[in-house]
Amino acid sequence: MATITLTISALPAHVRTARLMAATVARRAGIAASAIDEIRLAVGEACSRAVAAHKLHCPAQPIQLQLIDGGASGSAAVQDTTGDRPDAPGRPLRANGSATQRFEVVVTDRAPAKDTEEPADHNEPILDGLFLDGEDTPPGGISGFSPGLGLAVITGLADEVEIEPTDQGTVVRMSWPLAAKHAQDPSSN
Amino acid sequence: MDLKLDHYTEGDTEIVVVEGEIDVYTAPRLRELLIDLVNKGNFHLVVNMEKVEFLDSTGLGVLVGGLKRVRAHDGTLDLVCTQERILKIFRITGLTKVFGIHGSVQEAIDKRSSK
Repeated sequence: MATITLTISALPAHVRTARLMAATVARRAGIAASAIDEIRLAVGEACSRAVAAHKLHCPAQPIQLQLIDGGASGSAAVQDTTGDRPDAPGRPLRANGSATQRFEVVVTDRAPAKDTEEPADHNEPILDGLFLDGEDTPPGGISGFSPGLGLAVITGLADEVEIEPTDQGTVVRMSWPLAAKHAQDPSSN
Repeated sequence: MDLKLDHYTEGDTEIVVVEGEIDVYTAPRLRELLIDLVNKGNFHLVVNMEKVEFLDSTGLGVLVGGLKRVRAHDGTLDLVCTQERILKIFRITGLTKVFGIHGSVQEAIDKRSSK
């Protein structure tokens, strides 16, 4: 299992960098081309949500993005950073012998989770209230960003998603299955 | 790629041409343009998204914000989009029921005129 860890300052401009890196690593991991767009979008949503939360609560703190290729073995790039954050209760272990190999993306922020930040019902968009724009944006918030809508998009895109809000921050885990035969095309970069 | 914005008038409709990536970083510029157009009395907008390469929920929020603004003046905001990857995010969020989504600018204008 190989992990790439990216730490970004809580700035909207860095969300694109996170998206591009996630798409590149997913492609190398052998994710189907059709799922790359989904990963790019879901990672962007998770990072946008984290950046918006940090802007309100802790703008100086960084946001961590982990890209875990469950199909890679014998890599020297493994980095264990679980000690940096509270371990999530009930977290599924991805030990050796795991039934399916998956590409996992973990976005960890350090902004205390609030009750107001609940996943929206993505089937029933509500014009009033769900979307933030202009006057609705909280002081210091990001114009146009709606955390509920972002989480709805993540839920709709990721094959598996787990959102763990705590007082120390929120961990968003998303994963997609890797192809049965792990792609090892050295030319795909 | 960054966001490029342009707009032109077609009859009583203002066509907004968006090119590039609409995300948490670039969406505020689109929002400012839509607000500016509405403030100048353009209440029938068509946003041409054929050259949009990426759209996230922030961009959706801005489009919905624009829709709310024009509706306050009995106006309309229609979209032109045929790209499957962009349409997908509208479907996931259920917003295909909220926006008129058309295959071309002319189709968007014709549909509104015939109402």
